[in-house]
Amino acid sequence: MSGGTDRLDVDALLSDGAVRTVVCCGSGGVGKTTTAAALGLRAAALGRQAVVITVDPARRLAQSMGLSELDNTPRPVELPGSFAAPGGSLHAMMLDMKRTFDEIVEAHAAPERAREILANPFYRSLSSSFTGTQEYMAMEKLGQLREDGDWDLIIVDTPPSRSALDFLDAPERLGRFLDGRLIRVLGAPARTGAFRLLGAGVGMLTGMLSKIVGAQALKDVQSFVASFDAVFGGFQERAERTYRRLQDPGTAFLVVAVPESDAVREAAYFVERLAADSMPLAGMVMNRTHRTPVDGLSAEQAMAACTELERQGGHPLAAAALRLHARAAGLRDREAELRGRLSAAHPGVPVAEVPARTRDVHDLAALREVGDALGGGPLTV
Amino acid sequence: MVSGKGGTGKTTAAGALALALASDGGRVLLVEVEGRQGIAELFGTGPLPYAERKVVGARGGGEVFALAVDAEAALMEYLEMFYGIRRAGQVLTRFGAVDFATTIAPGVRDVLLTGKATEAVRRREGGRRSRVQGPHVYDAVVLDAPPTGRIAQFLCVNAEVAGLARMGPIRNHADKAMATIRSSATAVHFVALPEEMPAQEAADGLAEIREAGLHPGFVLLNMAHEPLLAPEALEDAERGEVDTDALAQGLKAVRLDAPKETAAALAREVTEHARRVGAESAVRERLRALGPPLLELPFLGGGIDTDALFRIADRLTAQGVGR
Repeated sequence: MSGGTDRLDVDALLSDGAVRTVVCCGSGGVGKTTTAAALGLRAAALGRQAVVITVDPARRLAQSMGLSELDNTPRPVELPGSFAAPGGSLHAMMLDMKRTFDEIVEAHAAPERAREILANPFYRSLSSSFTGTQEYMAMEKLGQLREDGDWDLIIVDTPPSRSALDFLDAPERLGRFLDGRLIRVLGAPARTGAFRLLGAGVGMLTGMLSKIVGAQALKDVQSFVASFDAVFGGFQERAERTYRRLQDPGTAFLVVAVPESDAVREAAYFVERLAADSMPLAGMVMNRTHRTPVDGLSAEQAMAACTELERQGGHPLAAAALRLHARAAGLRDREAELRGRLSAAHPGVPVAEVPARTRDVHDLAALREVGDALGGGPLTV
Repeated sequence: MVSGKGGTGKTTAAGALALALASDGGRVLLVEVEGRQGIAELFGTGPLPYAERKVVGARGGGEVFALAVDAEAALMEYLEMFYGIRRAGQVLTRFGAVDFATTIAPGVRDVLLTGKATEAVRRREGGRRSRVQGPHVYDAVVLDAPPTGRIAQFLCVNAEVAGLARMGPIRNHADKAMATIRSSATAVHFVALPEEMPAQEAADGLAEIREAGLHPGFVLLNMAHEPLLAPEALEDAERGEVDTDALAQGLKAVRLDAPKETAAALAREVTEHARRVGAESAVRERLRALGPPLLELPFLGGGIDTDALFRIADRLTAQGVGR
């Protein structure tokens, strides 16, 4: 192991009964969903009753866990006997953000009002395409599952955000919007006190907004606000509660990355952001690292030997193997350097490493191998 | 338009494509829309402002300009252009309506982003007041587009705002953008890695944009491992058959320490390489079957700097990409 980096003890984390939620975050394409699924499987093998919330998993990964549809309800994953410890189990669900939003409305509004809201065109686009809604609903669902109390350990895979910030900011932004000044202005019946007090800017504001988004859209927003506001004015409070829930010590954040400069930069940024927001960071998962089985032969030595052999002629296999090793060792060294820089900038953040695989992960056996790499090797259950 | 699964190297591919299109004296604009400052990182410049700046000279006197489109700035610019009022922006900001218009009102953000990028495609020398139509300001505009999951929605701005503005300036803006996006001058490229999931996403994205009536461009296979062994040796190695004696002989010939042990370890490395190459060529065949021309971007390792980007662009030029 390269000097200075603590190893993240994933098994200890997953076995710690005080840890009730694990949040996997990181930039797109680093293997967050696979990591979340592998952690869930590992947790079951360690005797936890785990549920994995995924957002838009690749089809084959979803199939490997027996998820065939987006139905917003945790479904049991059928595990062969050797996969779960006694008492351990795994459930998985795919987030349906629109349905989650609808359920909030239905739970808080009288049936008539709920129908009005659900049919509003502005609500329909807000609940299905606003870029922050997915993030918000993932957190909302997490909150619901935690309040249900049926789950011993909840593992969340965060949405592939446009930027790392979205996932922490969207709930607040959506909350702020729904509870904010603009909404109050738009929602206030014209010519009432509140409306007049806000001054002349309001007429200009609604005029411009209707030019930008269209008069009909503005009407939709206004009628949405009127029904929504009556249902629960405290949307912001709800968003804040979700946010605070993430800060409590029962939550553990894992920043997932791959040893490539962009992903490492994003990971560093994420680590800083979590610290700034007092979110409990448990460590990092470094996916797809490269190793080489050949000890004691550096990239430079191998390349020099390859050149020499090619000059001599006659050993094509050995020359090719040396060239291959020179590349592999070079890649390993560059990755070690990137990780070294990361751990120098963020000392004390432990890291678990998962070596690159030749093939994609799309069955339980492969998922278990990833879990073995994350934890301390194969478990006997 | 360059899309692909997250993490496949869209920004690198878009940068290399811009360089290849600018070689031979072209003038190309490279646009990003996701606020990541990926272009600045790629070319090692400071953060890009909301303005078109030259970032690098291409071969043969070509030039690549870059623009980081910001939805809020685009909205302000747009308001000023259509209403000639700076105050409009101030009022919107005061009520938090900029946030509303650019992030929450569905589709408006994408209209502003694609609107800006497609305006650059249509822009001609001499400005719009000039009576004679000058040549296009840019020979090509390359957009580092959102990932496959969002690409069809992002590009079909018309459909997105259909439920919102049934008339008015945003709708006109969307219609113009859509006409450019839908024209045969616009191609949507997909970047994939030689792995199953990115390949699947490229296939899904391609199907979606075909469905939407847009034009597919290339499938760009990024970072495939180049086979280092002769085909027969590769086949044997894939089955785990590597001639360790021959390997050890070779190592002895260059006086390396512990030739036997090293040969055994090298054999494992060779097998792993052969299996990876085998898995990758299966993916390559699937990508080829999708229809659009398959172009390869080399795996360079060691991070991407301007020098590496030129090497990738040269590979694209060699595969026929140019003005």
